[in-house]
Amino acid sequence: MSETLNAVELVDICKRFPGVVANSNVNLKVRKGSAHAIVGENGAGKSTLMKILYGMQKADEGKILVDGKALVFESPSDAINVGVGMVHQHFMLADNLTVLENIILGSELKKGVKLDFAGAAKQVTDIAKRYRLELPLNEYVSELGVGDRQRIEILKVLYRGANILILDEPTAVLVPHEVDELFRALGDLKSEGITIIFISHKLDEVLEIADEITVMRAGTTVGSVNPKIQNVTAQDLAEMMVGSELPTPATTESTVTNNAVLVVNDLAVHTESGKAIVDHVSFKIHAGEIVGIAGVEGNGQSELLDALLGIVKSSGTVQFLEHNISNWPTRKRREHGIAYIPEDRQRQALLLEAPLWENRMLGHQTLPPNSKGFWLTPASAKSDTQRIVNEYDVRTPNIDVFASALSGGNQQKLIVGREMSGNPKLLIAAHPTRGVDVGAQAAIWDHLRAARAAGLAVLLISADLDELIGLSDSLKVILRGKFVADADPTTVTPQILGNAMTGAGAAA
Amino acid sequence: MARITLPQAKFVRILFFLLIGVTTLSLARTFADSGDLSSTGTFGAAIGLAVPIGLAGLGGIWSERSGVANIGLEGMMILGTFGAGWAGWQWGPWVAIAAAVTYGALGALIFAIVTVSFGVDQIIAGTAINILGLGLTQFLAKLAFENAPGGGQTQSPPVSALPSFTITEISEPLSALQKEGIFFISDAAGLLSGLFYQVSIITLIAIALFILTAFILWKTSFGLRVRSAGENPWAAESLGVSVYKYKYIAVTISGALAGLAGAYLAIVGTNVYREGQTAGRGYIGLATMIFGNWRPGGTAAGATIFGYINALQLRDESNIGGLTLLGAIILIGIAVLMVARGMRGTGAALGLLGAALMSAFLFTTKMPTEVALVAPYVTTLLVLATASQSLRPPAADGVIYRRGESH
Amino acid sequence: MTKIRKLLDVLTAPMLAITFSLIVTALILAAFGANIFEVFSKMYDYGTSTRSLTLITNTATTYYLSAVAVAIGFKMNIFNIGVNGQYRLAAMTAGAVAGWISMPGPLAAVVAILVAMFIGALWAGVAAWLKVARGISEVISTIMLNFIAIGIISYVIVQTNIGTEVKVNVRGTPKIQEGARLAGYALIDPKVKIYGFFFIAIAVGIIYWVVLNRTRFGYDLRASGLSPSAATASGVNSKRMTIYAMLASGAIAGLVGLPDLLGKEFSYTLNFPANYGFTGIAIALLGRNNPIGIAFGALLWAFLDVSSQILDLEGVPREIVTIMQGVIVLSVVVAYELVRRNRVKTQQQNVGKALAGAHANVSTSSEGSK
Repeated sequence: MSETLNAVELVDICKRFPGVVANSNVNLKVRKGSAHAIVGENGAGKSTLMKILYGMQKADEGKILVDGKALVFESPSDAINVGVGMVHQHFMLADNLTVLENIILGSELKKGVKLDFAGAAKQVTDIAKRYRLELPLNEYVSELGVGDRQRIEILKVLYRGANILILDEPTAVLVPHEVDELFRALGDLKSEGITIIFISHKLDEVLEIADEITVMRAGTTVGSVNPKIQNVTAQDLAEMMVGSELPTPATTESTVTNNAVLVVNDLAVHTESGKAIVDHVSFKIHAGEIVGIAGVEGNGQSELLDALLGIVKSSGTVQFLEHNISNWPTRKRREHGIAYIPEDRQRQALLLEAPLWENRMLGHQTLPPNSKGFWLTPASAKSDTQRIVNEYDVRTPNIDVFASALSGGNQQKLIVGREMSGNPKLLIAAHPTRGVDVGAQAAIWDHLRAARAAGLAVLLISADLDELIGLSDSLKVILRGKFVADADPTTVTPQILGNAMTGAGAAA
Repeated sequence: MARITLPQAKFVRILFFLLIGVTTLSLARTFADSGDLSSTGTFGAAIGLAVPIGLAGLGGIWSERSGVANIGLEGMMILGTFGAGWAGWQWGPWVAIAAAVTYGALGALIFAIVTVSFGVDQIIAGTAINILGLGLTQFLAKLAFENAPGGGQTQSPPVSALPSFTITEISEPLSALQKEGIFFISDAAGLLSGLFYQVSIITLIAIALFILTAFILWKTSFGLRVRSAGENPWAAESLGVSVYKYKYIAVTISGALAGLAGAYLAIVGTNVYREGQTAGRGYIGLATMIFGNWRPGGTAAGATIFGYINALQLRDESNIGGLTLLGAIILIGIAVLMVARGMRGTGAALGLLGAALMSAFLFTTKMPTEVALVAPYVTTLLVLATASQSLRPPAADGVIYRRGESH
Repeated sequence: MTKIRKLLDVLTAPMLAITFSLIVTALILAAFGANIFEVFSKMYDYGTSTRSLTLITNTATTYYLSAVAVAIGFKMNIFNIGVNGQYRLAAMTAGAVAGWISMPGPLAAVVAILVAMFIGALWAGVAAWLKVARGISEVISTIMLNFIAIGIISYVIVQTNIGTEVKVNVRGTPKIQEGARLAGYALIDPKVKIYGFFFIAIAVGIIYWVVLNRTRFGYDLRASGLSPSAATASGVNSKRMTIYAMLASGAIAGLVGLPDLLGKEFSYTLNFPANYGFTGIAIALLGRNNPIGIAFGALLWAFLDVSSQILDLEGVPREIVTIMQGVIVLSVVVAYELVRRNRVKTQQQNVGKALAGAHANVSTSSEGSK
């Protein structure tokens, strides 16, 4: 029977959130003892699916079968009990506890009233030896690096006797040699009969490790391939991932001028430990030009934006119009006409528990129509908020409701409207249409194009490659903090761009 | 697998610190010519004064290790003093202890409901508990003690004493030796004899509770789970640990310990409940907890030092000069160490402070007693300001954790 | 209509808390055999005499200042537990300056006020510096600074020549000259005066409201409190804001002791009231940091404090009101938290309902899965 060969089988899984369908009709079969990769773009629904499989969220419809048995998971404990373990992308570790304490927490060995540290250490050491995952068990986690932390997470799962291991983007935080280490360990696990489910969007890595690959797009599974039998390339996968039925923002004729608005030279951002997250990048943006930056999330884009806004410390120089703004505080940069649509709108762009008209002031509180010198001018701020609500089609009963009451798309429209007000010279935008409905998306694109025609310089980051290609006048690919390739948006395809982003090939 | 800190190594380290401590003390005593600095009486009094502070600090450890910042210790301690006074004059000191512990724990339980179940800001809730504790005891005291024999509106009738121990065979010869004034030896003798002179039974219980706490929190699975709730409750919950349950238990224990501290004040420190008796010791307890890096050993040491400073001031104002000198020597010593380790700025700042204290000692005839009054608090601020790098508060201390919400 | 709704929204939590505390208090009184109705009516009768009303106004003046000082910090999530230390140190210094230096009367009063604000801000500034430069929580540092302030005051009054014996066995700063006093006006009761500082407190409340709601500084302060990350992205320098907020809070805290000092005591003695800071915290919480809410809170607190004076004569310990106050604080923070969660939810539902059918916002963004 082929049924019993599957460690995990998911049948017609559906999961809806208010206003969003995260998973629909997802079907997945994972063979016992295989390494099964799930690939897809950001927001394709991979993480939600894994949370369902680990009992962190409950599917609205569909069946979960583990080892051929249909099960219902109410909580992660239920999943742990049948041998499903998960290594989260953001580690769940207590820094001030030792490695051993982190591993055994919740499933401690006891000797009388005492915790049997020695016995537990022996058990953990045995497991660690078997899979070559050795760790300093009595060290505090805070002393350890990312690779070690990941090994702790894996040991945690194995210590609980898991034979199905889910890894959510395990390589996102690792440097190359740590990735090699991880893959070697995963190989060992597999040879011991452990099933591995591996989420990623780095296609080269996926091809290296996976026995089977399932591709997800827009919340559903679109197909499976077996790279060991079939001859699959990264290009093939990228094509499946991206698809091509999305509406494309039509390219229009160039409005690029010769006036450089932003000149960035040798900009670098370092972590506290000295690692370069943004690794000495240089670029120019002219008036009327949209420069797009393509990259898999977490490759330094957020830090680049924060550095340009003066929110994080950076080295190198930033020239904005006639000013050297390298040492300017955030406020001065914004006052001189840098508009900002941040990546995480709820955290960085909104005061959730304040009315819309006060949110209209945010980031522009020192300028009209929001203030005049020392004083705020609520009346004109309110009327301007009403203008934004009308022009950008923000759906709200009135401008006195809290920002938290709006849907994500309407919040974004308010933010875009706000940032396009007051004649900005440069717009720094991350995912300007993320979570926005199709109609509003087109409207936002129109606004961006109109502003570009009027001479606005734009730095655009987006996970939506069609958007990126359609809007940008020039494209750069960022990988591990460096610009690794340039692309011409008139000729490049999402597939080629996707390859360059994942390091699978050079762009045109 | 071998632990990194072997018990022997720890023991040696403690011995080493004691050695340095006594030598410093001896130096200060000699130069300041203040024999009381290391007398049996001073050390005895220091331990007595340290017990309530230390117990409050221990309560703080329990609560904060589970991730609940507990500024309400003061209020729980006040409840404890009342409980002890109310039960004590009627049914004796042992019932008094039980009542004090119960009252403190009840106060903590209310605190836990508000902070853990309702997710209210812990500092705000703690402040409210302090207001409530004060009002409740003042109200009840008037009802309970006004017409009681020997009682009054703000004071309970006397509570009979608890047993205390003096091992004369050890205490007396050591005390005699202390009076000889020999460098180092006499000071060590003073310290030791203080340990065997009129030691209250609650002091012994307190010492046992410190050891028990260290054992439970660091050697049992229960303790590991309590600490995990204070370090990363989301991780703990993801491994099936019921974070709410452990927070509730830890906070309640915290209040029970604060209540016991109150019992000590009412039964041993004096022999009555008296309004305002705690005098902010709950807060000092928190300070010792920080000073002790959220660990029982360090907290006990901090409480002893604070108790010592307090004892010196209470016994004789002329001790303050010696205390000033002692502080100056310690500050300059730490400053030298810091500069040697490359922490120039902080070291220099501490050195200057030490020099200021030193010149105050040298050039004034009489140091004001207020120096001793503020010393514990200034010390705590100095520790926080200079050593915050090496302090390890629980990572999720004071963080509002709500089940099922991501962080 | 919407105005009334809004008002109801605002009043729900405090009303719930006050009702709850009345029930708790009534239960306690009943348990001890007191006649609940009589207790409350006695309090009401006593508390509404013209003399009591004057005293209530005066007490509320002090409470109001303290609560505003705390509220300034709360507005950006700073917990100034150090109002006690700040106002005592400030009042002592102001008392000493006004008592020692000979100046024309009104000028001395102005100088006293400025000195008090400066000292309050200075003492709060220490905590601000420790927070910004050393990362020490202001909760801990201000508690320590409260105790250190007590030590300094005791030293100055007892050990130095600044302190003199103002009454038998009571040391304090020298009596302030007539002209510098703000004893006030007998407006309600012919025998008791309403503090001159009452009017200053009203001015402080108005300035607080205007600065908070009508100036850029106030906006930055509130934004920092609502979302530090969004405030930073909008260009607020969070460290500088922390220092400004703490200094402002300390400056107002410096005023807390002055109504009593300039209106009644005229000398800062070691018996000067010591706990206005914690009362301020309670009232700021009850009044939700809103200047009008705080005013009501301060009056309620003062009414309870003054009207309860009668209770001891009736054989009921007047501390029953302290219990009541404690229960109010505890239940009001719970009530606000519940109301807040409920409001966020209902607003979302209402907006959803108002827009229902307009557009189904279907997308596969990862947003929903977080």
